[in-house]
Amino acid sequence: MTYLLSFILVSALATFATRVIPFLFLERHTDHPLIKHLGRYLPAAVMALLATVFLVRSADWQASLPGLDALVTGVLVVGMHLWRRNALLSIVTGTAAYMIIVQTGVTA
Amino acid sequence: MERGPGRMDSSNRILYHAMLYKVWMLMNQSVFRLTLPILFGYLPLGTAFGVLFATQLDYPWWAAPLMGVLIYAGAGQILAVSLLAVGAGLVEVAVAMFVLNARHLFYGLSLLGRFRGAGWRKAYLIFGLTDETYSLLTSRSRGPDRHHEQRVDFRITAFNQSYWVVGCAIGALLGENVMFDSRGIEFALVALFIVLTLEQYHALKDLFPIWTGAAAAGVAMLVLPPAHQLIGAIALVTVVLLAHYHRLRTSANPVSPEQRS
Repeated sequence: MTYLLSFILVSALATFATRVIPFLFLERHTDHPLIKHLGRYLPAAVMALLATVFLVRSADWQASLPGLDALVTGVLVVGMHLWRRNALLSIVTGTAAYMIIVQTGVTA
Repeated sequence: MERGPGRMDSSNRILYHAMLYKVWMLMNQSVFRLTLPILFGYLPLGTAFGVLFATQLDYPWWAAPLMGVLIYAGAGQILAVSLLAVGAGLVEVAVAMFVLNARHLFYGLSLLGRFRGAGWRKAYLIFGLTDETYSLLTSRSRGPDRHHEQRVDFRITAFNQSYWVVGCAIGALLGENVMFDSRGIEFALVALFIVLTLEQYHALKDLFPIWTGAAAAGVAMLVLPPAHQLIGAIALVTVVLLAHYHRLRTSANPVSPEQRS
């Protein structure tokens, strides 16, 4: 039990450290042009990167049509969002389509 | 003498409190709507973690939601299950957790100004910076009142974590007896990242960071093992953005910023 609790405490501190370090060391440089540059472009780049990595990981690469499940739903989400620009609608449509594909195994 | 709304008769006071309540409900309604995609992602993923915890380990069930409360990191907690299973040393645990979550080092960069002056809320805002919360906070539109926006940020963070903790608890309590077929529902988070990428483009009107991010992800997935792909891609993106910054600066004025000062 002591091991479990110290394990959780150590994990919590290590995780919090990764989140708090920029605030500890860069707080005074908030208005530096480099920080502003990163603040402006980093979120868009990180979002595109997360979308790419998780989309590729959600694909079934062992299927007879490898990656089709994620490709179809990814295109559906993009199309839906460009059409209606309603975040919830795009997400619900894409997720429902993906669940149907995965659970029925149509692309497997 | 009563405090708060001042001198008013009881019916007015009831009206006043009813209004306050309504405003509070409306505010949380919009936060709930905003965080709904994360609910769809965090509940099943938290449940998956809880099931893993309960079936792989011999620890009491409440440790799973406790980890959701104190650690609050999806990949980190799943790694924690395998580390707990082998009884890993605490130094090893600290290093593994830090490396796995190192991508969060970069998230604070875009939020330094936004969290400034947030008072006691700031520590929690920083603690709760997961991929998904970071995505929502940097993508949503903001008004001019920074303190109001920080309170909204705080509620978004708290809502998201509550979904995660509830998921962890459900999973650990149910163990292997999870009954409904929710396979694929975690795609909500992928869809969320896609939507937020489009929204980021809409706000910036610049495809450069989008292509940089996608290309970095492609490179990282080709050359790195899964556990290091996210941090690898984020490091790569940061290097490209640094080079981009340097080029913009040197082309804008022939004298570099360091030489001027």
